[in-house]
Amino acid sequence: MSTEFLYFVEVLINGLMAGVMYSLVALGFVLIFKASGIFNFSQGVMALFAALTLAGIMEGQVPFAHIINSIFGTNIHHFGWHVPAVLAIILTVFVMIGFAWAVQRFVFRHLVGQEPIILFMATIGLAYFLEGLGDIMWGSDIKTLALGLPQGGARWLEDATAGLGGDDFYGFFIDKLDMVATVVAAVLVTALILFSQYTKHGRAMRAVADDHQAALSVGISLNFIWILVWSLAGFVALVAGIMWGAKSGVQFSLSLIALKALPVLMLGGFTSIPGAIVGGLIIGMGEKVFEYMIGPMVGGATENWFAYVLALLFLVFRPQGLFGERIIERV
Amino acid sequence: MFYREAGDFKTSYAEDNQTFPIKFDRYRYWFVLAVAFLVIPFIINDYWANAIFVPFLIYSIAAIGLNILTGYCGQVSLGTGGFMAVGAYACYKLMTAFPEVNILIHIILSGGITAVVGAAFGLPSLRIKGFYLAVATLAAQFFLIWLFNKVAWFYNYSASGQISAPERFVGGIAVTGPNTEAWAKYMVCLVFVTLCGLAARNLTRGTTGRKWMAIRDMDIAAEIIGVNPLKAKLTAFAVSSFFVGIAGALFFAVYLGAVEGGEAFGIQKSFLVLFMVIIGGLGSIFGSFAGAAFLVVLPVALKMIGVDLLGWPTDIVSHFQLVVVGALIMFFLIKEPHGLAQLWRVIKEKLRLWPFPH
Amino acid sequence: MNAMVDPYTTEDGRKIGGVLMDMRNITLRFGGVEAIKDISFNIREGEIRAIIGPNGAGKSSMLNVISGFYKPQEGEVHFRGSIRPPMKPYQVARLGIARTFQNIALFEGMSVLDNIMTGRLNHMKTGLFAQAIWKGAAEKEEIENRAHVERVIDFLEIQAIRKTPVGRLPYGLKKRVELARALAADPKLLLLDEPMAGMNVEEKEDMSRFILDVNDEFGTTIALIEHDMGVVMDLSDRVVVMDYGRKIGDGTPSEIISNQEVIDAYLGVAHD
Repeated sequence: MSTEFLYFVEVLINGLMAGVMYSLVALGFVLIFKASGIFNFSQGVMALFAALTLAGIMEGQVPFAHIINSIFGTNIHHFGWHVPAVLAIILTVFVMIGFAWAVQRFVFRHLVGQEPIILFMATIGLAYFLEGLGDIMWGSDIKTLALGLPQGGARWLEDATAGLGGDDFYGFFIDKLDMVATVVAAVLVTALILFSQYTKHGRAMRAVADDHQAALSVGISLNFIWILVWSLAGFVALVAGIMWGAKSGVQFSLSLIALKALPVLMLGGFTSIPGAIVGGLIIGMGEKVFEYMIGPMVGGATENWFAYVLALLFLVFRPQGLFGERIIERV
Repeated sequence: MFYREAGDFKTSYAEDNQTFPIKFDRYRYWFVLAVAFLVIPFIINDYWANAIFVPFLIYSIAAIGLNILTGYCGQVSLGTGGFMAVGAYACYKLMTAFPEVNILIHIILSGGITAVVGAAFGLPSLRIKGFYLAVATLAAQFFLIWLFNKVAWFYNYSASGQISAPERFVGGIAVTGPNTEAWAKYMVCLVFVTLCGLAARNLTRGTTGRKWMAIRDMDIAAEIIGVNPLKAKLTAFAVSSFFVGIAGALFFAVYLGAVEGGEAFGIQKSFLVLFMVIIGGLGSIFGSFAGAAFLVVLPVALKMIGVDLLGWPTDIVSHFQLVVVGALIMFFLIKEPHGLAQLWRVIKEKLRLWPFPH
Repeated sequence: MNAMVDPYTTEDGRKIGGVLMDMRNITLRFGGVEAIKDISFNIREGEIRAIIGPNGAGKSSMLNVISGFYKPQEGEVHFRGSIRPPMKPYQVARLGIARTFQNIALFEGMSVLDNIMTGRLNHMKTGLFAQAIWKGAAEKEEIENRAHVERVIDFLEIQAIRKTPVGRLPYGLKKRVELARALAADPKLLLLDEPMAGMNVEEKEDMSRFILDVNDEFGTTIALIEHDMGVVMDLSDRVVVMDYGRKIGDGTPSEIISNQEVIDAYLGVAHD
């Protein structure tokens, strides 16, 4: 095997790993869209908010410290304790459930029956709101998530593959965190599928996704289901936030990276969980390979737009996405 | 009694088609124009021009542009920032390549170039609908900004990667460059706003506007009664981008003087203009002005209250601003999807019948 | 000349001309489902032609084929004596074919007047620049077409709701506005998809009167789908009957009601 080819394979694998991250965020979108028809633009900011909250709780930060200090002239920052990771994660899950309830109660309950595009724009508003709230609550400085997740490249893999393509090949460099993320994503998807197939609430969720009216008429509480999916999406956001945050620090750019989940969805279709996964992998792989092959010729940083342009071109030829159902128009 | 007419007294169709069917409105419109053209230029200073008036006028043009596309034709775009950048860079290239040509012509040409680019990115709209299209316009946003940052030709190979507007004159008075006076900036923008506003109003009340709205309300039915959907959507993209491009050119050449593409025209700008349109009112020219005014004044007002009055640190106030804007967007979408313009209309309808509402 | 297409005058004095639209061996499939199976029929100038049949018989699909929204896999559409090439719906509209819809398809965000004005789209020719300037060509054209629209508004007696947003109108009026929009286009051929569905007796009488008046005063050819057999028998000159995508009857109303196959399709066949 030539070195060139091995490097290409490495790029490919790293692309797949990045794709897993995109898939994680896309998963949250699909959950909400299936159950309520809301295209939740704020999913990325939810991941940021969840990660900020987790970091804040672990550090023992006082929420709204800045604003309290400004008003009362006090100087409080921390409670002075450190919360263990597991407890902090559980607390954050509760915060996300509270958030789900609030979103349903104060926003989307009042928008039932509105056009999808109005709901979409409302979630853009929600994204702004949440971003500002996160900053006010926890401050806008970059935080690190010290969850003890493995960092850096996997030495054993590097050692095992070194020299495969001759002396100048040092072995595959693959981030351990990415591997963890892949495993976590696989577990998460399996759990979600099991939940929706085999539990009472899961079935109710699928019923609502299929037909709101019919679900109502067999006695399913729409309100409950919607809070449930928003909570689930909040949980998925937390997982995505932890992974992304552990990788590059918890900061605003996290919500921008999460925008990448949008082209993933366009590729995979908005209603398909496998679609979100496959779409994520294609986008992750595609942008890394494109940057590796074409990037140097055009000045690099093609990752900024590649995903969007790919999705755009793809949609022109197949508007329903990879796994979406064919749209038959009627009058 | 300052608001009249409670029956139908019109005797010709031209009269029935007026923009301001009520005399009082008509007088007020002329009054606003008179103040804008004859009073403000003489009393404006740098602070008011740079903090309020010039950005308000420029964002109004951008908001009119986006409103044509989103409010009238129903195609949501998140690429406004990218299209503003096209206008700005087009203007810069024209200014430096043809220094002898009048800057006003350059600004209009920049709009034209943006219209072509906008129409090109509008092509997929025939097959992609709703938020699929909204996400697809992100491709325009990210690709265009990347292009302007990476291809040195666009910024004339300057070391900083910035573009800065050379000094240009209209009738011997500087309108771009560091020596421009506040009133000159203001007047250039005002002239463009007035022309754009009139053109937009005329387009939206005639056949073109009806085609757009037909596509927005029910595209299949529109096609069956004889609207060519591709042509209607592309005109909407082109006209919208024309306005947005002019706004971008003014934003760069007249308002800021020097910009760095990714910073001035990033995704945040796209959202800002979209928010103006939502808050002001989808499908209303007046709403575009109202929304632009609101979101230009809001940060200034918040800063005055938060920083100057309460003494809070600026970063908290700017975070607070996000919360307020986000909450307002949701509030308007819930309570009044037609925005400030609809609130205004409701007040006017009540006034028309006042004081005998029954 | 074939006896079928010779011009004649009806008992009430309307002139029926030659064949305006001729559908020949139309077959339309969705995937494996045949919605229309090898149907031929024609529509003659000046006549009121009804298409009837049970639900799911393929009537609306047939109308959609005529207006270019569905493309049949087999068969030819002849319009005014020559074969009509495959066309987009908006091109069909420009030939002078206007229609209404089974589930009202008005533009909900626009006023009644603007909705009806959209019917004039294909008669308005000023360019984008002239419209942006407005004064001059665009305004003149707008006023001319407005005058035309006002005649339609008078004809259908909807003067009072001119400026009302369509979304606020009751069902019966919406149906009437939709008819007005189609009429404003000055169509050669008017397609009505269940114009009386969901109406009460008075509204049906009004609508019947409008349809007859349109045909009588403007000489507009009309093809309509309707379920109310009484209405169909009273209004139409000739009737096509469809069942499961096939044509099972074609002729004058009196021929149709004595056609055994039609009676079976509507009343069911006794199996013994």
